[in-house]
Amino acid sequence: MTRVHVTVDGVQYSDDIEPRMLLVHYLREVVGKVGTVIGCDTSNCGACTVHLDGASVKSCNVLAVQADGHEVTTIEGIAVDGELHPMQQAFHEHHALQCGYCTPGMIMQALDLVRENPTPSEEEIRLGLEGNLCRCTGYQNIVKAVAACASTMETSTTARPERSAAR
Amino acid sequence: MTAVDDHPALEIGKARRRKEDQRLLTGRTRWTDNIQLPGMLHLAMVRSPFAHARITSVDTSVATQAPGVIGVFTGSDLDGQGLIANAWPLNEEQKTPDHLPVAVDHVACAGEIVAVVAARSAAAARDAAELVDVDYEELPAVLDAREALTDAVLVHPELGTNRSAFWQLDSAEAGTGGDVEAAITTARAEGILIEREYRQQRLVPAFMEPRSTVVDPTGEQIVMWTATQIPHILRFLIAATTGISEAKVRVIAPDVGGGFGGKLQTTPEEFATLAVARRTGRPCKYTETRSETMVSCHHGRDQWQTLTLAATKDGTVTGLKVDLLADLGAYVAILGGGVPVLGAWMFNAIYKFPAYQFNCQTVLTNKTWVDAYRGAGRPEATYAIERLMDELAAEVGVDPLVIREKNWITHEEFPFTSVAGMTYDSGNYEAATARARELFGYDELRAEQRRRREGGDTVQLGIGVSTFTEMCGLAPSRILGALNYGAGGWEHASIRMLATGKVEVLSGATPHGQGHETAWSQIVADRLGVAFEDIEVLQGDTQIVSRGLDTYGSRSLVIGGEALVKAADRVIEKARHVAAHLLEASADDLRFSAGQFTVAGTDKGISIGDVANAAWRGHNLFDGAEPSLDSDATFDADTFSFPHGTHLCAMEVDTETGATRMRKYVAVDDIGTIINPLIVEGQEHGGILQGVAQALWEEAEFDDSGTLVTGSFVDYTLPTAADTINFVTDNTVTPATTNTLGTKGVGEAGCIASTPAVVNAVVDALRHLGINDIQMPLTPQRVWKAVQSAGTDPGGPSQEAQPHFAEGALNQDPSAGATDGAAQ
Repeated sequence: MTRVHVTVDGVQYSDDIEPRMLLVHYLREVVGKVGTVIGCDTSNCGACTVHLDGASVKSCNVLAVQADGHEVTTIEGIAVDGELHPMQQAFHEHHALQCGYCTPGMIMQALDLVRENPTPSEEEIRLGLEGNLCRCTGYQNIVKAVAACASTMETSTTARPERSAAR
Repeated sequence: MTAVDDHPALEIGKARRRKEDQRLLTGRTRWTDNIQLPGMLHLAMVRSPFAHARITSVDTSVATQAPGVIGVFTGSDLDGQGLIANAWPLNEEQKTPDHLPVAVDHVACAGEIVAVVAARSAAAARDAAELVDVDYEELPAVLDAREALTDAVLVHPELGTNRSAFWQLDSAEAGTGGDVEAAITTARAEGILIEREYRQQRLVPAFMEPRSTVVDPTGEQIVMWTATQIPHILRFLIAATTGISEAKVRVIAPDVGGGFGGKLQTTPEEFATLAVARRTGRPCKYTETRSETMVSCHHGRDQWQTLTLAATKDGTVTGLKVDLLADLGAYVAILGGGVPVLGAWMFNAIYKFPAYQFNCQTVLTNKTWVDAYRGAGRPEATYAIERLMDELAAEVGVDPLVIREKNWITHEEFPFTSVAGMTYDSGNYEAATARARELFGYDELRAEQRRRREGGDTVQLGIGVSTFTEMCGLAPSRILGALNYGAGGWEHASIRMLATGKVEVLSGATPHGQGHETAWSQIVADRLGVAFEDIEVLQGDTQIVSRGLDTYGSRSLVIGGEALVKAADRVIEKARHVAAHLLEASADDLRFSAGQFTVAGTDKGISIGDVANAAWRGHNLFDGAEPSLDSDATFDADTFSFPHGTHLCAMEVDTETGATRMRKYVAVDDIGTIINPLIVEGQEHGGILQGVAQALWEEAEFDDSGTLVTGSFVDYTLPTAADTINFVTDNTVTPATTNTLGTKGVGEAGCIASTPAVVNAVVDALRHLGINDIQMPLTPQRVWKAVQSAGTDPGGPSQEAQPHFAEGALNQDPSAGATDGAAQ
């Protein structure tokens, strides 16, 4: 077992874990952040995308020990006091989700995309989301939502603490 | 007296944002895999690596001793594990192999479960699964459906044959049309005969949420949470095949992450989890990996279609004969051979064919079993006929839209009884086509196509047409009975009028991403005249919604939606009598509109919410009144509904590389009355892309030993955002006449229509080279090979008499100048 100290959605956690544990399993099984989901076992689908120190990673492709001393932001950490993040709101407004399984990863990737490129073209959005699979929407409304959000939002990818105290 | 005298459509037709979204957007969703229970065990499956084998021994001793392992169970350890049932035997003679959840001595496809490990963590279970030592005696496997017909190798030796069932619909015999053989003979002598063999490749539904099941056997009642489309059917089949009392099984489908037919199955994994939970007395969870999904979730399509279209010289179709060979895989799944047979009424599509014959032979092979995938039988039929109509247009030398117009049912002819015996209630193919042409810029694109062709451009442009119809609303119980299906096709709804003014709506149609909470709220809001926000929809739990037949076959709205209307009308009727008492008026003098009962000729009135509260209190009701407005309804349709539409696709094809690029896609669908245009648009987008994916990218492929080589998302290539374009969607509306809302269904339309539109477009781009078919998926390699082989044979098939399919193999045979073959 190895001890890790990871800040997840603004809260510090310290846990003893198996060194082989993937970050996504740590988030889901140890921290209880089940908003981040697993869609494949080959790092193709992107459903498990989170931010590690503000940049998107597929959390199935990162060992939990690699997150030791770092900050992780999940889909559960971007709405503040029940108010949706502008990207979440844009997905809602533009019907960019159906079953919703890809949505957490898709939103976290979209945030990283507009952080890197605040004024993406449609093609840049499509390329930027290429690592995130969706089977329901045909991507059309996702692309529309990301474009609409990019044009309105000031992007901040720093985690917004859900609670101030460490646990 | 109608229950609702006047119900303004304030909600129906409005692009309401979905009620479902909040939890899905914030990660507060209840996926099955999120559920943790005290003392819960995690399961891992040991699966057969062989396509066909006898299990000679299973040694679990080492695995049992592994850290964290509570038990390892083989098929013979799990008495009463139940059966995976086939609910739709095509006829009494159908050969149906027994299908045990955990195999005992014989496996008929790779991926079958041979043992189950239960451990304290998922990782421990998976580690220990590697330690289970199974001895197999490998048997010869038959993987090709046509080879399976010879019975040289048997998938299930005890059946004595691989042929499962044969099913026929013949218009002369049924009295719905003429003799197809006579039409073919005449066409061969003096008309046009189009003979083709098309391949519907095998697909993987590939919903995004891997399947997961949690079973809690503690307490008097067993509770199963599972990622399913069919909790009610699952509960019934658990009870029917394990002997557990139905009342002691509760099945819950919490939030379910997509299905597309893939979760329309009672799975070996569900039954294995149930069996181990009962055996150990502890809650158990099994969540599959994606690699397990790919091989163990049922696949879709997989047909060989032999087709003969007879026509006069001017392109008037005189007959269609269809011979299907449908590969069922290793077992007859829950719908099994019923899926290809659903195509029987759809090959004739929107056309007035005088003679028709449909033959379907189902066959077993040593591959993953096959069942419904979005469209289920109708995409296969639509593909065949829409490809054939393009071939006929080429033969006659006219535009593909002209040949369709010549043969389609005109809007004045509805209701129209088709040559397959289905009565289409409404439609307007002319209107949808005109609108699609306009949005597409049909004439301009045709002009560009001519310019590129005349200029010898290396990138050619092709235009594909698909004028489709489908049958939705599975299904009228009486028709299902006539087809030997094991259940009915009704749907159930309940409405509970709560004392606070809120309304609980219960529906037996179980969603997995469609947006039922939103759409049902819109329907009930208009009917009862209560606010959209005051309606809560409960679903997906057999304890809460005791009756239901779940979600598949575009049935939720046309069947389940109508059940809501009936339940709401019963609420209003009950309320009318309570209101009459409260208003001191005769019930006959009350008028109900927009949620208010008013007394004709007075200003007296009361809202239905106040009536509900009065009924709940029960203080002041008429003598003998029941203190409740709550009502149930079960709706069974008399017939199907028939959405239709015209899809137009422009594809650019690089003749030097074989690469294709979608230039434009227009879909105009007539799905009757639209409840929520936003949801409709979403269904169309997603459906279209799934159909495009069949045309261009996806295929489940097995190697010679029966191993699925497209066994992960690395090899099974789902489209990404970067692979596709924005589709233009619009609707024409001719309301259905078979339900009060006028709805027809939209869940599968896009997927049914788009595949032939894309393939027709690619073939259209290359037809001048002598190419008249390329086998799906149209990968750059296949397109390039087609162009290359066409180049060496400039005569090409389209400029000669069509080769008769019986004289050689598939018309995609490379020697015939089209493509490489099935082995690709």
